Amino acid sequence: MVSDLSTLVGQAEQAIAGAASLADLDQVRVRFLGKKGELTGLLKQLGKLPAEERPKAGGAINEAKQRVAAQIDARRSELEAAELAAKLESDRVDVTLPGRGVPPGGLHPVTRTMRRIERIFRHIGFEVQEGPEVEDEFHNFEALNIPSHHPARAMHDTFYFPSGMLLRTHTSPVQIRAMREGRLPLRLIAPGRVYRCDSDLTHTPMFHQVEGLLVDENVSFANLKAILHGFAQQFFERDLRMRLRPSYFPFTEPSAEVDIECVICSGDGCRVCSQTGWLEILGCGMVHPKVFGHVGIDAEQYTGYAFGMGVERLAMLRYQVNDLRLFFENDLAFLEQF
Amino acid sequence: MRVSEAWLREWVDPPVATEELASQLTMAGLEVGGVAPAAPPFEGVVLGRVTAADQHPNADKLRVCTVSLGDGEEQIVCGASNVAAGQLVAVARVGAKLPGGLKIRKAKLRGVESRGMICSGKELGLSEESEGILVLPEGGEPGVDVRDYLALDDQVIEVELTPNRGDCLGMAGIAREVGVINRLDVCRPVVEPQPAQNSARVAVSLEDGEGCPVYAGRVIRGIDNTATTPLWMQERLRRAGIRPISPIVDVTQYVMLESGQPMHGFDLNLLRGGIVVRRGRPGEKVTLLDGREVVVDDQVLVIADDSGARALAGIMGGADSGVSNETVDVFFEAAFFDPLVIAGRARRFGLHTDASFRFERGVAPGNQLTAIERATGLLLDIAGGEPGPAEQVTSEAFSTRREPVNLRRRQLHRVLGVEIDDDQVTEILTRLEMKVRNTDRGWAATPPAFRFDIEIEADLVEEVARIYGYNLIPEIDSTEQLPVMPDTESRVPMTAVESLLVSRGFREAVTYSFIDPALHEMLFPGVEGLALSNPISSELSCMRTSLLPGLLHALKQNVSRQRDRVRLFESGLRYVLQDNDLKQEKCVAGLIYGDIAPEQWAQRAREVDFFDLKGEVEALLALTGEPERFRFEPAAHPVLHPGQAAAILRDGETVGWAGALHPAHQRVLDLPKTPFLFEILVQGVFRAKMPGYGEISRFPSVRRDISLFVEESISAATLLECARQHAPKVLRQVFVFDVYRDSGIDSGLKSVALGLILQDYCSTLTDGEADATVDAVKAALIEDLKVKIRD
Repeated sequence: MVSDLSTLVGQAEQAIAGAASLADLDQVRVRFLGKKGELTGLLKQLGKLPAEERPKAGGAINEAKQRVAAQIDARRSELEAAELAAKLESDRVDVTLPGRGVPPGGLHPVTRTMRRIERIFRHIGFEVQEGPEVEDEFHNFEALNIPSHHPARAMHDTFYFPSGMLLRTHTSPVQIRAMREGRLPLRLIAPGRVYRCDSDLTHTPMFHQVEGLLVDENVSFANLKAILHGFAQQFFERDLRMRLRPSYFPFTEPSAEVDIECVICSGDGCRVCSQTGWLEILGCGMVHPKVFGHVGIDAEQYTGYAFGMGVERLAMLRYQVNDLRLFFENDLAFLEQF
Repeated sequence: MRVSEAWLREWVDPPVATEELASQLTMAGLEVGGVAPAAPPFEGVVLGRVTAADQHPNADKLRVCTVSLGDGEEQIVCGASNVAAGQLVAVARVGAKLPGGLKIRKAKLRGVESRGMICSGKELGLSEESEGILVLPEGGEPGVDVRDYLALDDQVIEVELTPNRGDCLGMAGIAREVGVINRLDVCRPVVEPQPAQNSARVAVSLEDGEGCPVYAGRVIRGIDNTATTPLWMQERLRRAGIRPISPIVDVTQYVMLESGQPMHGFDLNLLRGGIVVRRGRPGEKVTLLDGREVVVDDQVLVIADDSGARALAGIMGGADSGVSNETVDVFFEAAFFDPLVIAGRARRFGLHTDASFRFERGVAPGNQLTAIERATGLLLDIAGGEPGPAEQVTSEAFSTRREPVNLRRRQLHRVLGVEIDDDQVTEILTRLEMKVRNTDRGWAATPPAFRFDIEIEADLVEEVARIYGYNLIPEIDSTEQLPVMPDTESRVPMTAVESLLVSRGFREAVTYSFIDPALHEMLFPGVEGLALSNPISSELSCMRTSLLPGLLHALKQNVSRQRDRVRLFESGLRYVLQDNDLKQEKCVAGLIYGDIAPEQWAQRAREVDFFDLKGEVEALLALTGEPERFRFEPAAHPVLHPGQAAAILRDGETVGWAGALHPAHQRVLDLPKTPFLFEILVQGVFRAKMPGYGEISRFPSVRRDISLFVEESISAATLLECARQHAPKVLRQVFVFDVYRDSGIDSGLKSVALGLILQDYCSTLTDGEADATVDAVKAALIEDLKVKIRD
């Protein structure tokens, strides 16, 4: 019996070592340790032994079973590891191949720029408002202190409709609409399309502006300077010098054009700034008392400032676009750069 | 306005260089657009005296001149017909460098040696055209450098004036500003009245006294019409961009440049009777100096005589009454016209003149006689003649009186945010030629008559600010508390819409709001678009009634640039005419074209179809939080394929469209593949539902499927709707998971498979309950829609 046992164990060890797969190994387990397995069978033969030999023989068989079981476990671990390694090897992919799905698109640079401007001003309490683009003379001109005979009208090159309506030449009508609603104080940003009857290398008949307006008690030109300088620095993400030049807009007084240090050459002079070191980026001023008069705001109680900027101009400077017309050709080769 | 720096410095000479002077002007609101030298660089050109001009022995048209150059004489061969002994001329010596790089060398011309060149104005870059050599006025010794003699080392400062500063359209105005900025007094030329030498006069009557409150005139007879304008005056005109013509014309132009007052000269012998300033009569014609004939009406002020309208007041003189080279008797006019009566009139006739530019902006009233005297003095010096009396006719409307404007110290501080010293304010206003009086609260300043832009306190605030210097005003952050910004959840923000489309592969386009009417008519036949009265071109003349034409145009452009996969969107207004009412509706539109994805190694290429488009639209609608409120219904749309077009409805109202481009349009647009398009109304669609929590079932769900045959005409939406209506409330979800048609199915039928997800909130569903639910749905489908259940 003992010799049978050692023979069996020897056979088992051989079979375990020879098992090439987990399935083989399982067959080995069934053959030796299963209910009808050969080692299990030896236990069943214990009854044939004299009673005094049984415990010793039983102990030996159980010990042999445990040894075989342990060897099977060890072999299983080995085989599992080998199988995993094989699977990992066969699962290997070329991670440099591109992924599936649809690549994202992008915003038009003009919209991207407008949204940036809006965000910067929203953070300081300005609300975004929109208005109609087909406007009337009152909102586009008269309420802004540009009567029909005014020379400034000639500068606007207005598109008209047979009805006498017009395409707004600036986003300033939005400030008139907002002020006429009469909720004060007022802080608003009005982005949108504007139109002028002009088309050449540096003019397109449609372009975009962002208008800003703040009306409150005791708003000053010094406040306007601070906010515009802050805006310019945030927009271009750099410290830069700013200067205000006196100018003329019928709807603001005092009025100014705002120049910033050229963002291309840092003020040294280059082609973009026509060697001046300065870039004009927006117009601004204190709301004209006559405009307050047109919208029914008491100019003694309130003061305000307004500013307007050309979005394409800012986008061109920010993203180094050198031809205005690219914005409206919608060539994917252009759009895909943003 | 082009300003000669040398001329300006005769009036006021601040101790600053040209660049700083230009910067001062810019920073005071008179923007300098550029500074350019008055003459191009040249060297080695000196004064020479022609002592002999003899015929060239071998050439008819050449003269052999002897020219004294101070340090000796040179022999120079000259081809100009006007060269003559005794002249003072400009000589480019051997070794001289002329504009354009021409270097003067010794030469032999037809066998005669020539050492130098006698120059024309054109050769020195002083004029665009020349007839012969430049004959210089007396006053210089031979050998003197011509640049010094003509003071050519001058800069021309180009000042770009804003429309409110008509007062600076003359040297007087620019000099005043430079004086104010530098706190210097301005030295202006003294205008001596010229006594009348005869009584010749032209009667003037002001029929429109409002339009023309003052008209000054004077006759000068017996002018020497062979006289020429002196070089210094020609040079000043030239530097201002005005071409010298004749002494009479040049004098009127010069006075305008100096004072800002436009003038006109009539040939006295071409006038018939007296001058009348009146409105044009309907149909009345005027032949202008430039030869064009215009028809006037009562909106236009004219200068007339007994024979009719002779000139457009304040704009341009007439061809048949103006001065010419034969003129010996002249009638000078200097008037003041109301800017409102001139404004826009020149533009109406397609004109833009120095006079109209000034009158529109406002010319100093009360300065007219001075201008006449100045012109008389200049003309007498140049061409002699006998002046009659200088006369001025005024109407009741004539006034140079201005009301004082109050400036409060407190308001100045409040608006600018800086306190400016009282004395400085007083000095600024005084130097601007205002009469300034101190008041309890600040100042009362009476503006001069030439400042049309100063009427109210804000105007004075601006004057003080710009002279004080915008850059000295500090930057002060507002101390106001920031308002709490609204952030509504009841609308889907446009930024969310944009982000969604971008993340789904769309590129944003920005197309013009005006489109080609031919494209509009093709896509929307019979739909009236709003047409511009003055379009930039016929292709951009019709306001879009939809964003689709613009996107299709952009698609076509990209396809022609070899793009075979395009996804574009745009947001913006469309302009819809409805019952004579214009609706400006904000829309989002998009198109997909070509393959679903860029060509890829692991994805099978497939062209987009209607359901790709619908998926995009459904994603947008899902932003609202209640996509179930929207329905797609088959409906006709002129742009879309009749079998692949859906109206998008929200609560029964059409809020958008989606579908394939109509094959007929596709053919005309020459697109090889079919684009799929959508357009939705922002107002109608992007209302958002606030999320609200609903109970979550803790019991397992059960799925059951129903396969059925149904008539082709019954839509998936109808099936699903029917199933939802008739199922007990344990039906959580019902969806179509398969649709197919094949030859094994009766024609006119399709096979549809529905998936049902059942779940209860208070217990696990039993098989019996699930079966009962499915049976109820089946029964309803059979009853209502005559479906056949497949087993």
